[in-house]
Amino acid sequence: MEFAFSEDQLLFQTTLRDFLRKECPPDAVRALWQTETGRSPALWRKLAELGLPGMLAPAARGGLGMDEIDQVLLMEEAGRAALGEPLVATAAVGVPLAAALGLEDWLERAARGAALLAVGHPVAPFVADAHVADLLLLEREGELFAVERAALALAHQPTNDPARRIYSVAWSPAGTTRVADRAAARPLLDAALDRGALASAAQLLGVAEQLIELAVAHACQREQFGRPIGSFQAVQHMLANAKLRLEYARPVVHRAAHSVARSVATRSVDASHAKLAAGEAAALAARVALQVHGAIGYTWEQDLHIWMRRAWSLELEWGAAAFHRRRVADAVLAPGARIGPGRTFQGDD
Amino acid sequence: MDLTYTPAERAFRAEARRWLAANVPRAPLRSFDTAEGCAEHRAWEKKLHAGGFAMVPWPVEYGGRGANLLEWLIFEEEYYRAGAPRRVNQNGIFLLGPTIMEFGTAEQKARYLPRIASSEELWAQGWSEPNAGSDMAAIAASARREGDHYVLRGQKTWASRGAFADWLFGLFRTDPSTERHKGLSFLLVPLDLPGVTVRPIAQLDGEAGFAEVFFDDARVPVANRLGDEHRGWQVAMATAGFERGLMLRSPARFQATAQRLVDLYRENAGDAEPTLREAVVQCWMDAEAYALETYRTVCRMLGGGKIGFEASLNKIFWSELDVRMHETALRLLGARADLLPEAPAARGVGEWLDGYLFSLSGPIYAGTNEIQRNVIAERILGLPRSG
Repeated sequence: MEFAFSEDQLLFQTTLRDFLRKECPPDAVRALWQTETGRSPALWRKLAELGLPGMLAPAARGGLGMDEIDQVLLMEEAGRAALGEPLVATAAVGVPLAAALGLEDWLERAARGAALLAVGHPVAPFVADAHVADLLLLEREGELFAVERAALALAHQPTNDPARRIYSVAWSPAGTTRVADRAAARPLLDAALDRGALASAAQLLGVAEQLIELAVAHACQREQFGRPIGSFQAVQHMLANAKLRLEYARPVVHRAAHSVARSVATRSVDASHAKLAAGEAAALAARVALQVHGAIGYTWEQDLHIWMRRAWSLELEWGAAAFHRRRVADAVLAPGARIGPGRTFQGDD
Repeated sequence: MDLTYTPAERAFRAEARRWLAANVPRAPLRSFDTAEGCAEHRAWEKKLHAGGFAMVPWPVEYGGRGANLLEWLIFEEEYYRAGAPRRVNQNGIFLLGPTIMEFGTAEQKARYLPRIASSEELWAQGWSEPNAGSDMAAIAASARREGDHYVLRGQKTWASRGAFADWLFGLFRTDPSTERHKGLSFLLVPLDLPGVTVRPIAQLDGEAGFAEVFFDDARVPVANRLGDEHRGWQVAMATAGFERGLMLRSPARFQATAQRLVDLYRENAGDAEPTLREAVVQCWMDAEAYALETYRTVCRMLGGGKIGFEASLNKIFWSELDVRMHETALRLLGARADLLPEAPAARGVGEWLDGYLFSLSGPIYAGTNEIQRNVIAERILGLPRSG
């Protein structure tokens, strides 16, 4: 039993944090809000130099041959920086799905950053980042299809988060594009959902952490009644509550990374729990951070809402709360469910 | 990261499970806050000790079995899974013991630890005073040095287990010229000393769970001081860290409650308000989150880490989870919720009421949750001092 990250994993995390601080400051995030695609090919190339898009791809296919435990801390950093690039669609979900489908050519291109992937999953009514994807892996009636963007009609659905780009996709299934029949597609779709939920949850942790950090900084600097407002217990306790939710969501997300990486039996419940816990932590952090900022936080100009909007939109990605809550409830409340002391991890009874 | 158990850890679990299955009393013991119940619990502790399971992470020479903290967590899981009795000497085994391990002299370790492990000596906590509750640094009970002795005067109150304990540990002001956190010493006081008077206090549930203790020139040897003179605050903070941060409330306790809550929901789902389904599942998730965070903490400690201010996060989380679980259970019970265990119609649900009343003390003892939130704000988040 070793519930900790390795030196290498922690080093990769700080490397990416430093990189994103430089390459993805709030001004850059805002600038991308204004562009047509909202995405930066130049930034994606640099992320590819770090190996991020293909980190889950085997080394023989140009990837880093890593797993979700290696990836989870990096997703947290993407959330902390409010990075809009399609890391979840391509790096967390698309690449392993392409690998499982044996789409070797696409896998290699995606792994080296030369192609973007998007995934249309029945859990979501829209496809994120479809507009920049070179290849879309789309579900229809339980089957999976691999379709190039040129063969699709996209309708942009503007959302509350300018960094989030989601689309309705119109297309016609054909035998030539089918890559998995129902029996083959089912476990792949299940795994894709768990990976997507996990990666979104990890980003939500980073978002929550950033929101708390911004609020603490504001509370230390802003004075009223001749004192920093952070010295008032009403303000302190709000922030303490946000910190509490965050710190008890973190191990849940990290455990889910382990469950997904090792495909343990509780993988889906663990991923759902992670998504719920991180979603709640980020939602509370957003609510508290805004209240601590007061009116200045309610302006477009203040950067706070960059992360508030990430908190709100990521919470809807890869299954909204109701979906995940139902999944956990069905498992936990089922007769004979394996719950109770000593059953947190696998193989102990 | 590897969240699987080693063969040695599995073997340890199997051994603990076997022993508990053969030895846990069939019928529940009476409350340890009654004289008869306390005696029954002492007898159980003696049996645990004889089996080598009283305090598994302690060195063998002090009555433990030299296990690591992970094995302690595994043992706790098996302990709650077996429905074994609550630990009457929790003040000794979970709070004072680890503190003696850290601050005690070789003589003190040899003198106290084995008798704590065997519960031959039961311990009470002596922190609060009538005018020092959340503001513990306002302690006024004094210990005046006279040669090889301290002469104790003053009063402690809300001393947990005070009614039936043999000893009390607590902070006393050894330097009368000081105020607040300085000039305090951590003393170990026999409760049968001349000049010590114990007056039990009935708690919300009617039982004598705590006591007030009066000191009227009681003489305690200087050898009973734990840690340096006038540096007792630092020792007390370590004790509080164990209490809030790890040992007092192991996750298995709450996982067992969550499991019972799920069972209760299954039995009552037909009549339950629809929102209770969500509440029950949330309780289960939170109990799991607490277990996961504890495993993470233990792994960090095995790697040389220490429990710091994050103990305050811990204390809030388990205490408020415990209240939520019991509130949810009472709502599931509906009109039966206020039946005492002895009510003929209670049919086994009366324990939820007992548990609810006890859970309400959680946000108060071991430092109120309001104080813990101040600690999080100022010590973890780095906000400016309040007040």
